[in-house]
Amino acid sequence: MIKSNSVLDATGLACPMPIVKTKKTINGMEPGQVLEIQATDKGSTADMKAWSESTGHQYLGTIEEGKILKHYLRKSSGEELTETKYESIISNHELQAHLEQNKNSIVLDVREAAEYAFNHIPSARSIPLGELDERLGELDHDDEIFVICRTGSRSDLAAQKLTSAGFKQVKNVLPGMSEWNGPVDSTT
Amino acid sequence: MPINQMTATEVANRVINKNELFILDVRNQSEFKDWKIEGENIEVFNSPYFDLLDGVEEVMVHIPTDREVLVVCAKEGSSVLIAEMLYEAGLTAVSYLKGGMKAWSEHLEPVKIGDLDKGGSIYQFVRLGKGCLSYMVVTNGEAAVIDSTRMTDVYIDFADHIGAQITHVLDTHLHADHISGGRQIAEKTNATYWLPPKDATEVTFEYQPLEGGNVVTIGNTAIDIQALYSPGHTIGSTSFVVDHKYLLSGDILFIDSIGRPDLAGLAEDWVGDLRETLYRRYRELSDELIVLPSHFMIIEELNNDGSVAKKLGTLFAENHGLNIADDKEFRSMVTGNLPPQPNAYQEIRETNMGKITPDNEQQREMEIGPNRCAVR
Repeated sequence: MIKSNSVLDATGLACPMPIVKTKKTINGMEPGQVLEIQATDKGSTADMKAWSESTGHQYLGTIEEGKILKHYLRKSSGEELTETKYESIISNHELQAHLEQNKNSIVLDVREAAEYAFNHIPSARSIPLGELDERLGELDHDDEIFVICRTGSRSDLAAQKLTSAGFKQVKNVLPGMSEWNGPVDSTT
Repeated sequence: MPINQMTATEVANRVINKNELFILDVRNQSEFKDWKIEGENIEVFNSPYFDLLDGVEEVMVHIPTDREVLVVCAKEGSSVLIAEMLYEAGLTAVSYLKGGMKAWSEHLEPVKIGDLDKGGSIYQFVRLGKGCLSYMVVTNGEAAVIDSTRMTDVYIDFADHIGAQITHVLDTHLHADHISGGRQIAEKTNATYWLPPKDATEVTFEYQPLEGGNVVTIGNTAIDIQALYSPGHTIGSTSFVVDHKYLLSGDILFIDSIGRPDLAGLAEDWVGDLRETLYRRYRELSDELIVLPSHFMIIEELNNDGSVAKKLGTLFAENHGLNIADDKEFRSMVTGNLPPQPNAYQEIRETNMGKITPDNEQQREMEIGPNRCAVR
């Protein structure tokens, strides 16, 4: 079960309706929110992918459950445009090398649960940015924590939050999962 | 307002007659890149329907107003929507493709290749959308179908229409690019289904083994189909010489390319067989034989009447794949130049073996996309 902010039932509908309905639904959502679209039209997978690309929404993935295809999209959030402020950073490449040596390092993935589900660093823990404040207790103040998101912008905010909450060794991973070439896992 | 629909048959006529047509293909880019409707005077422009939902103004500048415009999508729905939008935006000569690319992929255009010496004819069924060619040899009220597609009704209705009874159904090999209708036609018409046994080791149904040297006779006047063992595309690949005049080369030799040896095994294993077939066995045949392959790759391979056929002698002179003297160079050309494998080719092979029985919709999905059985 993948967490989403809304679910759209487009089952039984033929092309172009799944996209037409998705477009309408996503227009009413907040930036960064995740939409699950249930469809039965086999062509909808390729179209969701291509349509997301052309509109800037993020296509997370599709799960097949019997005859139903569940597509996951994240509404574009404009996060690519913001500059990062948090100063202690580490590159994808450096993190990958570091993880090979230090298996117990903590990688904190602050993307939405649905993004994490389709693709994440094997050892990463998932705490979406929106839940971070209430879940700080799950982390240890003295641990070295590498915060990662898709493009470095949400992790920048998360790193700032962590530091001001008293965490001592926090690094923001740049650019993040969008260009991660190391090993990944999925929980779908 | 009702938008005109154009059938796959009408589009096929335009391709064959080289008529002008402007196609707005509204599928997503990757599907469009994979395959599209092609023709000498057919211009195609791709703009996905989902980019046009808010308005067609931007695409209008790419659409000519002096020609008929056909909107095409995967199944039909999106093309109707976009055609309506174009009509409302002032484009009057606009129609949509009935059944979309799905119908185009399934359309078969029968073309008469020629008459047989002792009476009768041979027909080629051109599947323009997929590049598959199949055949019907007819004489004296009897017919044989070769390398049929899964659109079995087309052959059965055609035989009915010309007053022939299908008595033999043959496949040159176990196909990997399309689902064979051979077994189904044989069941429906009580015909004998012939398959090369070396390709059929895993099939789950009864068939008549077809081996080199076999002669299948159709009609009382004895039109012979002589089987010629010609491995290389598959280990069992068999060619047929019909009425001493036509060479049905299966997926071994095409007009502008040659067969690929990797779809049912390893290219390295079968490239030697392919070489042997093309450079020795076929050389022993008459140059006058008319080669009728089971595929074409590019629209330029079509003759003016829509048929795909050329004399063997001409192919020996013009087909690059038949003119590589050096054995090593041939091997590297064949094994180093392999295009991507056809969509779902493993599942298609299993279907043709009778191991899996997908429903119609699944079969359609499996066959989506271009044909990729050749190397050039």
